[in-house]
Amino acid sequence: MLTVRNISVYYGAINAVQDISFEVKEGEVVTLIGANGAGKSTSLRTISSLIKAKSGEITFEDKNITTLKPHQIVAMGLIHVPEGRKIIGSFTVRDNLKMGAFLRKDKAGILESMEEVFTRFPRLKEREKQLGGTLSGGEQQMLAIGRGLMAKPRLLLLDEPSMGLSPILTEEIFEIIRTINQKGTTILLVEQNAYMALQVAHRAYVLETGRVVMSGDSNVLKDDKRIRAAYLGEIA
Amino acid sequence: MDYFMEQVINGLQLGLVYALIALGYTMVYGIVKLINFAHGDVFMVGAFIGYFGFSSWGLPWPLAILVSALCCACLGMLIERIAYRPLRYATRIVALISAIGVSFFLEYFCSLKFMFGPNYRVVQRPFDEVYWSIGGVTISNIQVLIFCTAVCMLVGLQYLVMRTKMGAAMRTVSFDHDTARLMGVNVDRTISFTFGIGAALAAVGGVLYAIAYPQIWTFMGIMPGLKAFTAAVLGGIGLIPGAMLGALIMGQAEVMTAAFISSQLRDAIAFSILILVLLVRPCGILGKTQPEKV
Ligand SMILES: Nc1ncnc2c1ncn2[C@@H]1O[C@H](COP(=O)(O)OP(=O)(O)OP(=O)(O)O)[C@@H](O)[C@H]1O
Ligand SMILES: [Mg+2]
Repeated sequence: MLTVRNISVYYGAINAVQDISFEVKEGEVVTLIGANGAGKSTSLRTISSLIKAKSGEITFEDKNITTLKPHQIVAMGLIHVPEGRKIIGSFTVRDNLKMGAFLRKDKAGILESMEEVFTRFPRLKEREKQLGGTLSGGEQQMLAIGRGLMAKPRLLLLDEPSMGLSPILTEEIFEIIRTINQKGTTILLVEQNAYMALQVAHRAYVLETGRVVMSGDSNVLKDDKRIRAAYLGEIA
Repeated sequence: MDYFMEQVINGLQLGLVYALIALGYTMVYGIVKLINFAHGDVFMVGAFIGYFGFSSWGLPWPLAILVSALCCACLGMLIERIAYRPLRYATRIVALISAIGVSFFLEYFCSLKFMFGPNYRVVQRPFDEVYWSIGGVTISNIQVLIFCTAVCMLVGLQYLVMRTKMGAAMRTVSFDHDTARLMGVNVDRTISFTFGIGAALAAVGGVLYAIAYPQIWTFMGIMPGLKAFTAAVLGGIGLIPGAMLGALIMGQAEVMTAAFISSQLRDAIAFSILILVLLVRPCGILGKTQPEKV
């Protein structure tokens, strides 16, 4: 569904992503894990065209999207929920959700999606008229995911959905990610919480200073000695 | 007392013209964090086009206002495209210098003989000024015209920004460009549109100004521009209601100073307000300490 081929990305002289390749197949949850500054967010930002790759090619559903504008990519159903949630503080919860459906024209469908989001996150329903800026971190994360769902994503890019959340809320968010996937949305998940990410993902890519250093089936990686030492906090 | 009321009305008239200019400053600032110093000169171009419209081209005056608004909307979008977009993510000061450059360019280019020329022109009003006396207070048809036009535009703008999809896009871009992109907003087009709307409002302000104070020349945009900018800062730069409030206060302050203290002090008072606001409450009357946008 998504193929990233040999992309390199620079910020000025800094080479944040070096010749990375990976793919996501329809129906999968794939995770990119790695330490701070490994280039995970940069990879997602390149896919959604917020930054341009210096070289390499990205295809989505067999179309080359490397040179498309971000809004054209959104229109194709490739939706990116960014790091740090980016909830619009002066918009109500409802208006934030509506903004997620910005490119959709089907009024009835939008309302239907809104109801689905509210069923999935009852907490958002209770706070429908509250301003986004007054939500707690966990609620904002739910809103960020809900806003992504409002676009009817074919592929959902999630950047550190567990950041700053309590263990219980983290469990909850990962459970939600699992159900979203089971309902038919393909997911590319970026996480520092490698343990949880490997639990939900089918496959994983491990990034280190801008390179893919390891990849494979989550179950296999979970048991890999080096992964356990580097990312799961075990002494090798 | 009647004299006082008349001054209030005069202040309102001036304040509403300032409001039409101040909105452009504040919307543009909200969306790209840039003080568009060429905005006062767009006001000037608007005044000239309106003047040519009803005096040389024989257009009915409402049509002249419309033509002026459309031409200036294009001018505003052109300025953004040429002078600001290439610098959008550069250091703030670079774009500011570019804005000052555009301002000088418009002033001096328009002063050329084949453009508007360097001289003052007296505006022949497209209709006669009529005065009415209501309970001892005199108001003119020009004041009524300014009041109605400005209020309609302000209400229309508020509707556009708060109730339409384009408005939602503008507010999202003003929150964060990348977030807007990820929602599917075409950021370039939204910014361009904002410049267009701001310029059109200034143009309407310019034509009304030319009708009310019937003398125009190519440097006429500087003072009202600076005062409208002050108004936008006073109300809280980036906030639409702030720009309106600030402009109304500026209009009153200026007219009251001229009427009751000294007319020579009217400009001084305007800029004293600016300095005072910057010292005491830099975020403006309605601004939060963390300034919010559009
Ligand atoms: N806007 C920027 N300008 C310059 N360098 C940047 C910028 N954004 C990221 N970088 C650099 O690029 C590298 C990769 O950053 P990136 O944000 O992709 O990491 P990450 O894997 O998402 O890390 P984290 O887990 O901390 O979010 C880092 O070295 C970072 O310092
Ligand atoms: Mg990151």
